[in-house]
Amino acid sequence: MKDSHAAAPERTMPLAGRKRWKYRIEIDASQKGDAWWVPIASVLLALLLCGVFIYASGMDPIAVYKKMFRGAFFTKYGLTETIVKAIPLLLCGLGVAIAYRIKVWNIGAEGQFVAGALAATAVTIYTPGMPAPLVIPAMIAISIAAGGLWGLLTAIPRTYFQVNELVSSLMLNYVALLLLDYFVFGPWKDPKGFNFPGTAMFAEWQKLPVLGDSRLHLGLVFALIAVVLYFLFIKYTRWGYELRLIGANAEAARNAGISIKRHILLVMLISGGLAGLAGMAEVSGVAHRLLYGISPGYGYTAIIVAWIAKLHPAGLIVSAFLFGGLIVGGYSVQLIGLPSSISSMIQGAILFFLIAGGTVSKLRIRRIG
Amino acid sequence: MADSYSVEMQSIVKRFGTVAANDQVDFRVKRGEIHALLGENGAGKSTIMCMLSGVYRPTSGTILINGREVQIRSPKDAMKLGVGMVFQNFRLVQTLTAAENIVLGEASPFWRSKKWMRRKQEEIEALAGRFGLSIPVDRPIWQLSVGEQQRVEIVKTLYRGADIIILDEPTSVLTPGEAEALYATLKTMKREGKTVILTTHKLKEVMAAADHISVMRKGKMISSLSVADTDERELAKLMVGKELGEQRHYERRTAGKPLLSVRGLEVASDHGRKALEGMSITVHEGEIVGIAGVAGNGQKELAETLAGLLAWKRGTVHFNGNELRNGSVIGAIEAGISHVPENRMRSGLAGSLGIVDNLLFKSYRSRERSRFGVLRTGSNRSWSQRLVEQFDVKTPNMDTPVQQLSGGNQQKLLFAREVNHDPLLMIAVHPTQGLDIGAADGVYRLLNGMRDEGKSVLLISEDLDEVIDLSDRILVIYNGRIVLELAREEADRELIGLYMAGLHVGEEEAG
Repeated sequence: MKDSHAAAPERTMPLAGRKRWKYRIEIDASQKGDAWWVPIASVLLALLLCGVFIYASGMDPIAVYKKMFRGAFFTKYGLTETIVKAIPLLLCGLGVAIAYRIKVWNIGAEGQFVAGALAATAVTIYTPGMPAPLVIPAMIAISIAAGGLWGLLTAIPRTYFQVNELVSSLMLNYVALLLLDYFVFGPWKDPKGFNFPGTAMFAEWQKLPVLGDSRLHLGLVFALIAVVLYFLFIKYTRWGYELRLIGANAEAARNAGISIKRHILLVMLISGGLAGLAGMAEVSGVAHRLLYGISPGYGYTAIIVAWIAKLHPAGLIVSAFLFGGLIVGGYSVQLIGLPSSISSMIQGAILFFLIAGGTVSKLRIRRIG
Repeated sequence: MADSYSVEMQSIVKRFGTVAANDQVDFRVKRGEIHALLGENGAGKSTIMCMLSGVYRPTSGTILINGREVQIRSPKDAMKLGVGMVFQNFRLVQTLTAAENIVLGEASPFWRSKKWMRRKQEEIEALAGRFGLSIPVDRPIWQLSVGEQQRVEIVKTLYRGADIIILDEPTSVLTPGEAEALYATLKTMKREGKTVILTTHKLKEVMAAADHISVMRKGKMISSLSVADTDERELAKLMVGKELGEQRHYERRTAGKPLLSVRGLEVASDHGRKALEGMSITVHEGEIVGIAGVAGNGQKELAETLAGLLAWKRGTVHFNGNELRNGSVIGAIEAGISHVPENRMRSGLAGSLGIVDNLLFKSYRSRERSRFGVLRTGSNRSWSQRLVEQFDVKTPNMDTPVQQLSGGNQQKLLFAREVNHDPLLMIAVHPTQGLDIGAADGVYRLLNGMRDEGKSVLLISEDLDEVIDLSDRILVIYNGRIVLELAREEADRELIGLYMAGLHVGEEEAG
């Protein structure tokens, strides 16, 4: 593995074992970062690949995609649902994008999301009498704190004991999900809920305001504000500059006197905090209670959202919207007999092509004399 | 056949971009001898060996193996011709056993049964025994010592049928005891009719082990002589050269008061070894102090300690009348110490970021560059524009990722940044590495200019010409301490070469 990373100028991959070949494929070491067309090509290839499977299961892929597309973007209900799904994706996607900026591979947004949802619900359960103007801000603050803490549980071992954050953040997802199960099946279960694993419905003042009679809630504003702040911070502040420097070359950043440890802690705090806020918005804005399986995998989809946006703020908004649409589109094809997991399949295929594209786009065919 | 050559390399030229790593090199090795290729770091030894073993291909020139002209396109080709190389950084799979590493890549039955593996292990043990190499064949590599790993590498080349065995800096990783065992092995290999080539910069070992010596300097083959006809002093002289380069140094000024004063510094390296021990140096205002030495004797650690990247355990560092903060980069920046690190792209610049971001590295905290935590984007841009013009950095625009600039322009950019915050002391580590003559000359003029303004420069370089031409005082570093100090007028290449190679140690003991 070590060697392939080094990509010494003359290391090559022979196209075939024979010497008769006049061409060979090389990794162009001067190409850093993915080409711009990789995300687009990934989506198209993923649709193509999944189309084969849809065809194999006896459906017309074009018709299925049309139905998904229409269901997600071209009905009023579908469009608002898409945006409702895009809110947690955007917040979680932004969270992981900040961590990926400095090459901390946080894949624990799912757990941080659940931690935030749990914390926000705790406010409603333990201080039911909290006055209306205070309760929403309190839920927001405590959910950000809980998500941030969940992020720190990954960051602290990473910083001080070199524990791989991929493993620890993934494992902590299961811890958070099991905690959620414990509370919704145990102490927080709604006594009047016919044994359904969930808390009682929130009171009106514990719910996030919605737009008109739609399901669009205030979380959308939080998410958009967070993205704009991210953009401004990265581009115009000293702290953002330090993050860019660490992301581009950590060794050089150390030479500029930047403490990488402190930044990892801070970034994971923010990363987790954003996912925690997403969890709060989901329970208080959409479900209006804490449920078993409150997240259909937002934290994992967020990873793809961040990658396909190439960590770019505007890209995040677009990709969160598209992936929201993919989830809603998945629901809409259930009616014609396809499982909604079609959207998970497409997501997986997109990630696959995205990662492969990182390497493939650097390959060049060269004639050898 | 007694006098036939197993390797003949004729007029080999190898260019990397504009830099010629090997310039018209002729290299011949007789069959069945131990041939040492001697030279300082960066002399081009490894490059020429890499061409012999198929890692690189020469830009021009011919290679003959056993008198037949050959094209070596890959390590596989080299192996077919019986050339095997033991690299300085071993090519072993850590989790596989020694035997598994050795048979790796060999055509084998699809199912490698236990019986097959055991047969191979016995075969390998017998082969190793023939050359007096003991290796634990069934233990995974990560459990082996460095010396054992090297033996596995050697057995691997022998197992693959190499007749010409190249060892690149084989003793650099070994303890003295292990090195001696290695030389005994090399002699056994010679008795078995193998041809051995090793690259090194350690004179003593060369004299003890080799039959014939070729000396390289700055990409050129300087001399080739038999061990019987030479001695360590002559080799040291050949290795470091003695002709004086172009006069780059101007009139000597009287140095001012001491600016940097380091006493009894002790710093641990990454591996817990002491990289600096009892290091003491003084740098005065308005002088260039050059530190000469073979790589790995503590130069890098000295530079990093002064730049605040490494913390010292013992000793004192006084700078400009105050004690320097231990292990604080910001402390060093604020005190007025600039650092041009060894490897520009690894630790000096952020390749994917643009010019402005790279220039801001050290000054973004200052009030001119940012206010209330917000960067002053507009004025930073025009400031960068001015610096780029002043230092004549050639770039398409201010947002071009610096990895797309040429090496010379990258170095100019780095200097622009380091000079801009008006340092009192500039630490320049290998400042002309990889630069062509024109760009290197620009760096020299810059360093001289700083000195003429009354600033100080600590120049750390493996290029002895550079050190001698530029420095007011020359210090030789060996094993983490300064072993020789000379004024520029007293600079004596031969003497410096001896001290760099650590030969003074034996003499002191004898005297």
